[in-house]
Amino acid sequence: MAERSVLSIRDLAVQFRSEQGTVRALDGVSFDLRAGRTLGIVGESGCGKSVTARSILRLIDWPGRITGGQILLDPEEPQPTDLTALGPESRRMREVRGGRVGLIFQEPMTALSAHYTVGNQIIEAVLQHRDLSKADAKAQAIALLGEVGIPHPQRRIDAYPFELSGGLRQRVGIAMALAGDPDILIADEPTTALDVTTQAQILGLLQRLQREKGIALMLITHDMGVIAEMADEVAVMYLGRIVETAPVARLFAAPRHPYTRALLRAVPSILATPRQRLSTIGGAVPHPGLRPGGCSFHPRCAENLGERCRREVPAPVPLNEDGGASCFLAEDAA
Amino acid sequence: MLIYLLRRLGLAITTCVFISILTFIIIRLPPGDFVDAYIANLAASGSSVSMEQAEAMRRDYGLDQPLPVQYLRWMGRVLEGDFGVSMVWRRPVTEVIGDRLWLTMLVSLAALFLTWAIALPIGIYSAVRQYSIADYIFTTLGFIGLAVPNFLLALILMYVGFRYLGLNVGGLFSAEYVQAPWSLARAWDLAKHLPLPAAVLALAGTAQLIRIMRANLLDELRKPYVVTARAKGLPEARAILKYPVRAALNPFASSIAYLFPYLVSGSIIVSLVLGLPTVGPLLLQALVAQDMFLAGAIVLLLGVMTVAGTLVSDLLLMWIDPRIRLEGQ
Repeated sequence: MAERSVLSIRDLAVQFRSEQGTVRALDGVSFDLRAGRTLGIVGESGCGKSVTARSILRLIDWPGRITGGQILLDPEEPQPTDLTALGPESRRMREVRGGRVGLIFQEPMTALSAHYTVGNQIIEAVLQHRDLSKADAKAQAIALLGEVGIPHPQRRIDAYPFELSGGLRQRVGIAMALAGDPDILIADEPTTALDVTTQAQILGLLQRLQREKGIALMLITHDMGVIAEMADEVAVMYLGRIVETAPVARLFAAPRHPYTRALLRAVPSILATPRQRLSTIGGAVPHPGLRPGGCSFHPRCAENLGERCRREVPAPVPLNEDGGASCFLAEDAA
Repeated sequence: MLIYLLRRLGLAITTCVFISILTFIIIRLPPGDFVDAYIANLAASGSSVSMEQAEAMRRDYGLDQPLPVQYLRWMGRVLEGDFGVSMVWRRPVTEVIGDRLWLTMLVSLAALFLTWAIALPIGIYSAVRQYSIADYIFTTLGFIGLAVPNFLLALILMYVGFRYLGLNVGGLFSAEYVQAPWSLARAWDLAKHLPLPAAVLALAGTAQLIRIMRANLLDELRKPYVVTARAKGLPEARAILKYPVRAALNPFASSIAYLFPYLVSGSIIVSLVLGLPTVGPLLLQALVAQDMFLAGAIVLLLGVMTVAGTLVSDLLLMWIDPRIRLEGQ
């Protein structure tokens, strides 16, 4: 394990309390983000991908709250910071937001305010984390816009977001996330709203920035193609748990969890014969408040072992470089 | 931006023309005319008017002409600033209305600013702390505010102000200043009298605007750009005030236009109760007496001022929202 870990999440649990009952949005999630590496997080809608990202920044919407586990910043330093112990509004936490951890959004239109110029919104982020004069901050913002590949940054800095194309807006979003010079980037479905060509450009940009700055990238997506392109390691989530982790090559070559296998089968293939139906995963994701007992995937699992999967919860994935699956089949195979 | 301005201006002028026609039609709608009402009045007090006298009066006032002619003659004079002679008061309409128009605007504007000053912070608080105890309290108070007729509130406040606070309530001036010419002392006297009617008139509008602000801000607070602002490391108050509150401000700008006529028409009863020298009570008298020129002038002026208010709020919206400002570029 060459690269240093910059963020360690251990047994993170997040619950949303409502009158209908408690929803365990995250239930014992553990992983590491490493400098210069990309962790891809995949799963269906509602599996807890975005809640994980929000938890790291301590920006979970009410009534959600962290009920257990740790989020350790600089876990290999003598004095790591546990973000779960900080107040969400504390000065220390606000320094982490944008200063250590940058956030890139899915929808570049709604993620930027239409009421201010992009310059205004980026300069604000620069000034929040660096002690610069207004003129220096503006120069810095122009430099950032140039760095993310926006042509004519001196002019574009005075544009409003609605005057830019989707691809340019997403570049602005990335520039804004970089404004505080963070060493961790969380990209929450950064290319879902973009067309395929733009998508490739944005992914290329993220790769280049990561290489240049040694950034630890957490890439949330439901697109297996993006994972194959970008990720070094992959974590597959289902109903608030990580069900499999693996280096990206092994995940595609030899997936160990039945859910991962089903996800991969559902990817449309160019080799498919005409009119061949797409493979789908039977059933729907259960409401998180009605989590099935035992292994939560068992009602939809094509390979379930019956009684055992209904009653027992498989062990969480091991935290080693090779990863593993939280499944009795994988345990038995080992 | 220029196109937007010109279009708004053109619309405003067209609207004013239609308002003048409507005004004319409405004041001519009730059966009979001023002379009939005048005769009925005299009959009630025991004297009578002959047919010839009535016909002569009709000719004098131009009431024997066809309606379009009457309208055009009236409008022609209005454009020259001559609103005609009040039939009841037997004085020029401009003289009868006099200060009342400005006092009406002053009371309405005071009520409007009071509405904003109260509704904005409470609306923001209620949205940011949704379902908190304070939010429930404000919501309850808001519904009470919407439900209480404001003349009743005026009576209660007058009683409380007079009985317990020893305030000089009612009217906009103390007795010694009512007829006095304008001076600093008179203005100060007006300033002292203004809060009570402004508060009474602001009540229902405030309650309404709190609800609108709360609902709008709740929508905006859920949008991703709020998370973006927080994720930059901005302090919570700054993140909320700069982004979602700004986006939720549109109804405040629009409220100028629709609150103004609401304040004026809603103020008639309150003005009677509080004895305010505004145009509301005057309008009521003029309508009862079918004093066509006076009523027409007041309705027309109120209509035009409402259109002007709409124009102002359009300009404000343009200032708040760059999407409108940059339209068509």
